[in-house]
Amino acid sequence: MDAFNLLETPSVWSNWLAFWSFEDINVLWVLMGSILLGMSASVIGGFAFLRKRSLVGDALAHAALPGVMMAFLLFQSRDPLVMFLGAVTSSFIGFYLIDWLPKNTKIKADAALAITLSFFFALGLMLLSYIQGLEVDNKSGLDKILFGQAAAMTQKDIKLLGYVALFVLSCVVLFFQKFRLIAFSATYARTIGIAVNRYELLLALLIVMSVVVGLQLVGVVLMAAVLLTPVAAARFWSNQLSHILIIAAALGALSAIISTQISYLAPAMPTGPWMVVSLSALFFLSLLFAPEKGLLKRYTEHNKLRKRVAEENVLRTLYKLLERKDFQHKTFNIADIQALRSMPLEHLQATLKQLCKKALITSSTAGFEMTTTGFGLAEQLTRRHRLWENYLTEHAELTPQQVHQHAERIEHILTPSQELQLQAELTNSQSDPHGNLIPNANSASQGDSK
Amino acid sequence: MNRSNSNTYTSPLSVQHLSMRYHHKPVLTDVSFEIPEGKTIAIVGPNGAGKSTLLKGIMGLEPSIEGLVSFFGESLDKKRQATAYVPQREEIDWDFPINVLDVVLMGRHGHLKLWQRPSQLDIDIAEQALKDLKMWEFKERQISQLSGGQQQRVFLARALAQQATLYLMDEPFAGVDVATEQAIIELFKDLKSQGKTIVCVHHDLNTVGEYFDWIIFINARLIAAGPVVEVLTKENLNKTYGGRLSLLNDLTEQMYRSQLNKAHDTD
Repeated sequence: MDAFNLLETPSVWSNWLAFWSFEDINVLWVLMGSILLGMSASVIGGFAFLRKRSLVGDALAHAALPGVMMAFLLFQSRDPLVMFLGAVTSSFIGFYLIDWLPKNTKIKADAALAITLSFFFALGLMLLSYIQGLEVDNKSGLDKILFGQAAAMTQKDIKLLGYVALFVLSCVVLFFQKFRLIAFSATYARTIGIAVNRYELLLALLIVMSVVVGLQLVGVVLMAAVLLTPVAAARFWSNQLSHILIIAAALGALSAIISTQISYLAPAMPTGPWMVVSLSALFFLSLLFAPEKGLLKRYTEHNKLRKRVAEENVLRTLYKLLERKDFQHKTFNIADIQALRSMPLEHLQATLKQLCKKALITSSTAGFEMTTTGFGLAEQLTRRHRLWENYLTEHAELTPQQVHQHAERIEHILTPSQELQLQAELTNSQSDPHGNLIPNANSASQGDSK
Repeated sequence: MNRSNSNTYTSPLSVQHLSMRYHHKPVLTDVSFEIPEGKTIAIVGPNGAGKSTLLKGIMGLEPSIEGLVSFFGESLDKKRQATAYVPQREEIDWDFPINVLDVVLMGRHGHLKLWQRPSQLDIDIAEQALKDLKMWEFKERQISQLSGGQQQRVFLARALAQQATLYLMDEPFAGVDVATEQAIIELFKDLKSQGKTIVCVHHDLNTVGEYFDWIIFINARLIAAGPVVEVLTKENLNKTYGGRLSLLNDLTEQMYRSQLNKAHDTD
């Protein structure tokens, strides 16, 4: 076992060092190319995502496959420009078919997408297997565009990729305002005289171009994920489109670095799947840990709210108990509280502990008693609860039985200004529909005197 | 037809023989009217009468079968800057990542070149529009966090930022709170005092006489158009809300299906 490790570990390690010291200048080229692709695909994919055309990128990537094969068959060459033009042509034919079918037939958009995607992909695979049966030069490696292979890219490939990526990025920077306007509402854009069709064509062209140059790196099958996953992840981090696109570009670049590296360390590994897997990992990290919209944040917020509500409920129960004893007897035990408030014992004990910690109640052998601050808070909550009950009976004409449940919830969210507004709109703010007195707003001192 | 002559009065909006359909179903048949300048005009009719479709047909957002629409005597493309359209609120994805000021700034894009970004002047205009609609304090707010009435006011501010002379609005009063309704009425008064014209799809018969100077009654066809005092009559209301003329409807549909309008030589 040890011997195995000794043999294996240094080789990966030294490979990794070799990668990052850029001994092979080609490595640097490929890395730069994949970073640029990651950025441009994520940014242009962002607009497809916002326009709810997420799957179009997928269809376009698949539609490029027969174009690449046809170009190879016709010109017997692997020149990047020839391949690129072949792919762009067939991708655009696919794009028009997707657009034309729903407009002129009864076929809906999703079906048109699926039909086009699978037809072009099948056609591409047929041509690919036909080519592999032929006796021609440099046909090997054509199948790499299915899943992408960064290590197989030549400098010529990378140069083309770089130009296209820079073109896409600069178009987005230049036309950002217009693209956003159209993504927000194409109808409105039309009414103010924007040439929406022209911009939509430009957007389509940019998507097709990004998809096509990405094929060698990511592959036909998984290209869509590179367009969409970064922006979907970035959506968790910001609410401002420019920030979202920058974050998406950064995520795209990061995943490009990871996957290119792996493609060099383990040459049998295709780049595309690694890129998509690392992007998906980044997506899940965003989903869980994003500062405002992440699931973890939402979970902790919800938990905090639950705790606060439980604490406030116990305080209100203590207030009611106090009220029943005419504010004479002040100490109550758990049984007293449970008689008025049904709450699992464990939960109640934990809540009481928390209240003690916050110095809202004190605990003694006789039971629990509210401190002055605790009493003030309980009074305020009770006041809000009863004011709301009055409001519902006076203005919404609900019966006293109906209003209690509702007020149980509203009492936790009423703000001081809403409380004042409530009081102003009520004719009776002295007693609640059940006949209980409503405590005064500034009666914290009253509590002291009793 | 000496419309281009600057001495003669040209209506801000004139619609002639406008017909529209949805697939083969006729939605509007042969609607013609001309509106006066500097008035508030309501388009009134029952559900499905084609009110929104009429507005969309006027703005060229949906294709019409026949008809001519002219803005100040010219085609829409020549008068884009003078015309502002306010779509229905529901037509937008309110989760779109954008804030209020940026939406209002969209109203300035008709004035901008291809790659231009809004200038300080554009920003000033947009900010003034927000102030006019009492939305100033919300200018940095995400649009997803607005109430229905506030959303409507953002749309109106955007139209205001266009600095048009003719405003076409699709149900601005639908589902808004009292504060917004007040703000819209204020806006109407303001625009009217500047001699601007407002055309609104409106569904509330109780307020139509109060908020508007003019009414266009439609129900798949034009029923009546004119000043409130003249056309807001029981007879017109009965005609508008009394159901469609089924024979007209059926035969028009049949005509569209058979493509008779193409087979029949123009008379």
